[in-house]
Amino acid sequence: MSDSSLFQSLMHSLGLGHSDFNGGIHPPMHKITAAQASEVSPMPPVLIVPLKQHIGEACIPLVQIGDHVYRGQKIARADAYVTASIHAPTSGKVVKIEDHRIPHPSGMGLPCMFIEPDGHDTIDPACLPIVNWRENDPDLLRERIRQSGIVGLGGAAFPTFIKLLRDRHHPVHTVILNGIECEPYLTNDHRLMLENTRQVIEGMQILMHVVQAQKAIIAIEDNKPDAAEAINACLSKQRLDLTVEVRLMPTRYPQGSEKQLIESLTGKQIPAGKLPLHVGVLCQNIGTTKAVYDAIAEGIPLTERMVTVSGDAVPKPKNLRVRIGTPMRFVFAQCGLEDFDDIQILHGGPMMGEKLRSADIPIVKSSTGILAMHTATMQSVHKHEDPCIRCGHCSIVCPIHLVPNLLADHCRNNQFDKAEDYHLFDCIECGCCSYVCPSNIPLVHYFRYGKGQLAQLTRERRFADESKARSEQRERRIERENADKAARRQRVRAETKPVLDGKNSTENDGDAS
Amino acid sequence: MLIHISSPHMHGGNSIRITMLTVMIALLPATIVSVYLFGWLAVLHLCLCIGACMGSEWLALRLMGRPTTPVLDGSAALTGLFIALILPAAAPWWIALLGSIFAIILGKQVYGGIGYNPFNPALSARIILLISFPLMMTTWVVPMHLGGSALNLYDFNTSLQIFIHGIQSIPGHLDAMSMATPLGHVKTAATQGIPVIDALKSYDYNLLDAFLGSEAGSMGETSALALLIGGIYLLARHTITWHIPFSYLITVAVLALIFSSIDPNQYAPPLFHLLAGGLMLCAFFMATDPVSSPVTPLGQIVFGVGCGVLTWCIRTWGGYPEGAMFAVVLMNMAVPLIDHYCRPRPYGRKT
Repeated sequence: MSDSSLFQSLMHSLGLGHSDFNGGIHPPMHKITAAQASEVSPMPPVLIVPLKQHIGEACIPLVQIGDHVYRGQKIARADAYVTASIHAPTSGKVVKIEDHRIPHPSGMGLPCMFIEPDGHDTIDPACLPIVNWRENDPDLLRERIRQSGIVGLGGAAFPTFIKLLRDRHHPVHTVILNGIECEPYLTNDHRLMLENTRQVIEGMQILMHVVQAQKAIIAIEDNKPDAAEAINACLSKQRLDLTVEVRLMPTRYPQGSEKQLIESLTGKQIPAGKLPLHVGVLCQNIGTTKAVYDAIAEGIPLTERMVTVSGDAVPKPKNLRVRIGTPMRFVFAQCGLEDFDDIQILHGGPMMGEKLRSADIPIVKSSTGILAMHTATMQSVHKHEDPCIRCGHCSIVCPIHLVPNLLADHCRNNQFDKAEDYHLFDCIECGCCSYVCPSNIPLVHYFRYGKGQLAQLTRERRFADESKARSEQRERRIERENADKAARRQRVRAETKPVLDGKNSTENDGDAS
Repeated sequence: MLIHISSPHMHGGNSIRITMLTVMIALLPATIVSVYLFGWLAVLHLCLCIGACMGSEWLALRLMGRPTTPVLDGSAALTGLFIALILPAAAPWWIALLGSIFAIILGKQVYGGIGYNPFNPALSARIILLISFPLMMTTWVVPMHLGGSALNLYDFNTSLQIFIHGIQSIPGHLDAMSMATPLGHVKTAATQGIPVIDALKSYDYNLLDAFLGSEAGSMGETSALALLIGGIYLLARHTITWHIPFSYLITVAVLALIFSSIDPNQYAPPLFHLLAGGLMLCAFFMATDPVSSPVTPLGQIVFGVGCGVLTWCIRTWGGYPEGAMFAVVLMNMAVPLIDHYCRPRPYGRKT
């Protein structure tokens, strides 16, 4: 729980003390890889590229088995709106396309393209930088970002170009670079800010140009003062004529959550069901910003990302620049971990990451980090669940101001209408409630269960409604056709047999009924 | 075992046992004061109540065929500690035993055990005892360090005799060994039409004694200072939040201030109310009992204000001199309703 929660809640109750979000926790940060320069991971013998690495629709392959591909060549695309195309991470040969496990807690498989690197890492000649992007139309830059398959690299993997759409009614005035990285263990954004400062800042300028924002805020948690220094130094060297502000934020989880960060920086809350642009803000992660720079200024689509490889079972934790599709087993081997007995693998940070069932799963666009933990460590965390003692700590730490213990009760008892009434879908699954729970109740687990069940119910309801509408439509159509038929028959009879009006009309009545 | 686990994969380390232990540590000053004031009698009550509560819990769990590990989670021991602290020192052993059994079996386990009891177990036990045995529950032995006490409670044998046979078994006048609490005295005076100020004068009441605890009362309730220290410790450890105790105490103080400034002859002053009886214990320890209090901050304020209003009303107009325990238990009943209507406004929503 927050150290200053007494004071804070007092201030909050009095309506004072803004510029911070309410709730949150202070977990041990374990940022063991923060001071270490990142390394470039070598090329694995085979890259496994999932054809769906983002929120939205899956992609359709554009190349055949046996085809040679270049690095950055588009190998799969989708026609749906919310999607992001997939590019070959290196040059080589497509050996097969088949189902393989992807980073998902269920261990489910999806179609993946297997690419054997040829060792040359030749970039697709069609990949050209837009050097004079400042003179270019924002729409053209946004289209390039879309074509480059960029998604949010902070873990959510939401297609970036959608956030860059301009809305006449909601002009974006501020671009926020999210350099918070509040998840324990993860340091990949930290290293990017130190090692690729110039690229990150240029990426930010590109984003500002695309949405025509006048102002930018780079938000960094105060446990990374070196990153703030590096960015300040780079900014003063470049003497930008834009208003760019570097803000050190208090270290508190989940400061890096988009909603919470925007609240901390602007004092405004994004209305429920709305996007950051409704408060005039665009928020992008550091890794995403670097990817935007690569796509525009270097012409290279998203094929590589920084991955933190850490956890208490990793002998040599480090940050690695890894090609998308590299198997995790290969990545862990770079860090001295080869034996996976009694080891649990997490994809993402320990607060929001999912536990994987195997190391033979590829790195994807959303892989912020991969952690290997001893089974004993995990067992000491996931203990037996005791009854709720209603201590209310979960409500205090909830950054969305939900009442987690009551919400979990409704989910557990399958009272989904009540769960919805308690705003189940507002939950961001940050895990603060489970973290502080003295009874070890896996609250987030109940919320996921409730969300899944509710989504299923909604689907079924929609299906039933659609069937009903279809059947009603059919009945109406048949009725109409019958009426038409009857009218036609009447007309024909009237034309051919102009006799005995009364007899005719009774026959017609019988037809129509 | 680890197949279906869901994030987060970290935990802050808090547990029910740590929570209960923290409350017990917070009660340490009040416990020490009770032993200082009432000698071996306090020690005997503490041992019996804690033991009886844990024993009843074990028995109830065994009878229900449930695992008996919750006996050691500290909640039963804490209930026992509470019961010892809210009993009059002169209460015989069987009162303490009955209270402990009531608290655990009728106050907690019949509802499903820890986390499911709608009322504070210790307070419901006290109410049952007070209504069933009004004389024994209102006979207050003179604290040890007050001069002129006819009893030496630091003597184990005397204490044991009172503990087993009751205070009547000691030869000598009952009047010499017992005295009224300030609240009881004022209530009796009020029924006789004596103004509050005169009643306090005749009691030789002074605020410092009330604050430090040199007066008659339940073993753990006399010293407001000791309870305040414990309450501040709980606040500092984030075991409780300020909402319930502050709103509770402020409500009592404000009501007392308004009415005593209207008619000081009929209504007692705010500081008298704050330092008297079980208010401090109830405000910091009983009303904040997590299981039977609201979970939302606004709900906790509503709950605290409700407790304050009821406490003051019962003390002023009710038949009993002390109303804190009734107030808290009455408000416990309203908790599900309060929780339902006092939900916080979620992020990004208007209502």
